Amino acid sequence: MLFKNTYNEFVKILAKPRSYLGIGALTLLILVILFAMKADGKSFISFVTASFEQTLSFNGNILNGNLIAFIILQMLIVHIPLLVSLVTGDLISGEAAMGTIRMLATKPISRSQIVLSKFIAGAVYTLILTIWLGFLALVVGKWLFGSGDLIVLNSDGLVILKEQDILWRYGCSFAVAYLALLTISTLSICLSVFAENSIGPIVTTMAIIILFTIIGSLDVSVFDSIKPFLFTTHMASWRSFFEDPVPWSTIRNSVVILLAHNVLLVGIALYKFNKKDITS
Amino acid sequence: MNETQIIKVQHLAKNFGSFQAVKDVSFTVNKGDVFGFLGPNGAGKSTTIRCMLSLIQANHGNIELFGKDLRKHRNEILARVGSIIEKPDFYRYLSAEKNLEIFARISGKDVSKKEIAGMLDFVGLNGRNKDKVSGFSHGMKQRLGIAQTLLHQPDLIVLDEPTTGLDPQGIVEIRNLILRLKTEQNKTVILSSHQLSEIELISNRMVIINKGQSIIEGDVKELLNAQEMVVQLEVSDLEQSMLVLTTSFPKAIGKKINERILEVQLEKQQVPSLNRLLIEAGVDIHSMEPKRKLEDFFMKIIQS
Repeated sequence: MLFKNTYNEFVKILAKPRSYLGIGALTLLILVILFAMKADGKSFISFVTASFEQTLSFNGNILNGNLIAFIILQMLIVHIPLLVSLVTGDLISGEAAMGTIRMLATKPISRSQIVLSKFIAGAVYTLILTIWLGFLALVVGKWLFGSGDLIVLNSDGLVILKEQDILWRYGCSFAVAYLALLTISTLSICLSVFAENSIGPIVTTMAIIILFTIIGSLDVSVFDSIKPFLFTTHMASWRSFFEDPVPWSTIRNSVVILLAHNVLLVGIALYKFNKKDITS
Repeated sequence: MNETQIIKVQHLAKNFGSFQAVKDVSFTVNKGDVFGFLGPNGAGKSTTIRCMLSLIQANHGNIELFGKDLRKHRNEILARVGSIIEKPDFYRYLSAEKNLEIFARISGKDVSKKEIAGMLDFVGLNGRNKDKVSGFSHGMKQRLGIAQTLLHQPDLIVLDEPTTGLDPQGIVEIRNLILRLKTEQNKTVILSSHQLSEIELISNRMVIINKGQSIIEGDVKELLNAQEMVVQLEVSDLEQSMLVLTTSFPKAIGKKINERILEVQLEKQQVPSLNRLLIEAGVDIHSMEPKRKLEDFFMKIIQS
């Protein structure tokens, strides 16, 4: 029954215009970045490398597909949660608003299975979005700008990664970025259980992300103890794969925190939905 | 539980915070019944039905369907039930056929595309299979709702206010559809309504609930055609009429409604005699309107 209802969820997601809105918006955003980089990428790069030019000499194709993919990931990781929650935040509350949740809950399928199918469908949608992001950023980026070594500027300075040492890093960073986006998907589905309309969970998800991001960026000691446990602190962990050496323990910690959030949020959603009186 | 009893609800109660939506509802539904669930708006009908379908968890009481406890055998029971609660809601962005496919997939039985097409034909939606539900009228959605309830060949069909919002033609169509379910498919149907006339036309048994309590349960014909009845008479001489009534029918109860109208409660077979005696006493009868006791009782409930 879980498999059958998950299939139903895919049918619904595929038929909803908002599902394509997210993918369309993502495509448009990436195309705009690619166009901007193609048109004026050299001045953008020289602005970044200007401070190093007195001590370093840059040769070769710096503005390559690997750097473009990195820039795109960095720029969009803030916006993609909105596109994810646009679809996942509607998965349960949208049914409540339409009244179809009544129809579902009177069928011989357990409430836990109804919720789990939503989580699975949300996870697959998020995966498709992440793969599409990776395809546009890396594959199209390389096609347009060619390949080359990757120069990354981080807090410790400039890191130069060899061309043949990059692909696995992207693979891992997309996996961790997916886990972060999955947490957003899980959060919005969990909030969706509590709501009777689609807008509430989407807005609340974004509000939580903004609030946690602000808390994470405030240099105030009172928040120091909670910062490591906020999922927003770990949303940019994908960047760690572009450090040399790779800080594996930091990444492992981030993965554990993000997984724990997912387990906790699924648990809350299951508990609440099983106890809920469906009066809509 | 008796083998013919499909539903047995005992002392059901449900609170929403401090509001007691259902206080004490008990009734039984037998196999093959078209069971009327009658009560004014806000009586607790929908809450009771939602409890029976496990949409809402009751605070007290027992619900048994097909001889099994709903809490322990939820999925097994729901596989044998088809329902529409208040109004059928569908995925507006999907076609009628796709909607039925979605609900069929989780109905607990394998339903083929041919069966779905047949069901759409049965409810009169043939040719609209591929149309999106967003373009359907309320009546069409209601018929699609009935198709959805019948897809998996349930033994019990629960219809909560199925004619609400329909035009007269739509009401007749739904009514005929329910009667076909009874006569052609021998289904057990629970039909909730706030209209006595609707229950009278379709149901063979019923329960009346009011303010969260079941008031009376029984055979519709017996309840509506009780031997004791109420007659309203518009007469030329009220005092003379009262005199005839008290002297000839000492057990009858007479009540003056106004200067010309007398309401009399007496046995059904005494009505012709009363009519004759009043005429013999020189009283002109301008109108005589029989009122059934249950109808009067139900009207009083609604008016209160």
